[in-house]
Amino acid sequence: MKLKTSLLFSLLSIIMLLLTHTNSWAQQDVPEMADAMRSNGKIFVVVLVLATIFAGIIIYLIRLDKKITNLEKNNIR
Amino acid sequence: MRQTWWKIICVALLTYTIIGGILLPVPARFIINESIRNLYFHVPMWFGMILLFTISFVYAIKYLRSGDIKDDFKSVAFIKVGVLFSILGMLTGMEWANYTWGEAWSNDPKQLATAVCMLMYFAYLILRGGMKDEEKRAKLAAVYNIFSFALMVPLLFILPRMVDSLHPGNGGNPGFNAYDLDSQMRLIFYPAVIGWFLLGLWMATLRVRIYYLQHQYENEA
Repeated sequence: MKLKTSLLFSLLSIIMLLLTHTNSWAQQDVPEMADAMRSNGKIFVVVLVLATIFAGIIIYLIRLDKKITNLEKNNIR
Repeated sequence: MRQTWWKIICVALLTYTIIGGILLPVPARFIINESIRNLYFHVPMWFGMILLFTISFVYAIKYLRSGDIKDDFKSVAFIKVGVLFSILGMLTGMEWANYTWGEAWSNDPKQLATAVCMLMYFAYLILRGGMKDEEKRAKLAAVYNIFSFALMVPLLFILPRMVDSLHPGNGGNPGFNAYDLDSQMRLIFYPAVIGWFLLGLWMATLRVRIYYLQHQYENEA
């Protein structure tokens, strides 16, 4: 269940990145190399950093949620 | 994890907000430039705070009617997350204002009214912290909560609109059109508001569950 959802999320974010990236392809006549992270004023780096922090917070929340669920189960017993 | 589906929606919406909010196109404006994207992060803090305080207000009334201590736990948990959101909203607002209005604090009517509102809710937490007796504390806090909610509404929605303000949508303007929210931005702004609110809801429910556990533990001991 957990693996499935995390897979879904990574797939979703990859699709989003691809979708939003296509508009930066068509403009220049210099050869476009595979350095997406350095294009458009390096904005993708900022996205990556934000996404990392966000992922960290969410993982923390999920773990906390699970710990509390465990405590609740033990208490009922 | 209890009831996972809305947590998944929350994470999906916020992932979309962060990635789309930075990469999708926005209208070009002088002075504000790309910082217009802060709309997806700064404004949902306030929307989230108002919604969380509203839920807390409902539970305060519910507590006074039922006398069930669980309603009091819910009420205070929502206030705590709401206060966190308000602090984050204030900080991000000051950061944004520093580069667009020229200074972090310009005594804008909305800034002042929000500061007063925040102080009221800080006082709520201090009031609670100062009382030992569970029932007395819950009753007093619920009454105080209802009064501060009743004050928050004019402070945030009426007073700033009666005077000139740096904020868009104030100074006699209707609320929303002045945001220059074109259809592109709405596509991210609304999911952002829902996503951030759901995150606040998640954090608040975790708090509530800890309060329950504490309460159970203390009753057994």
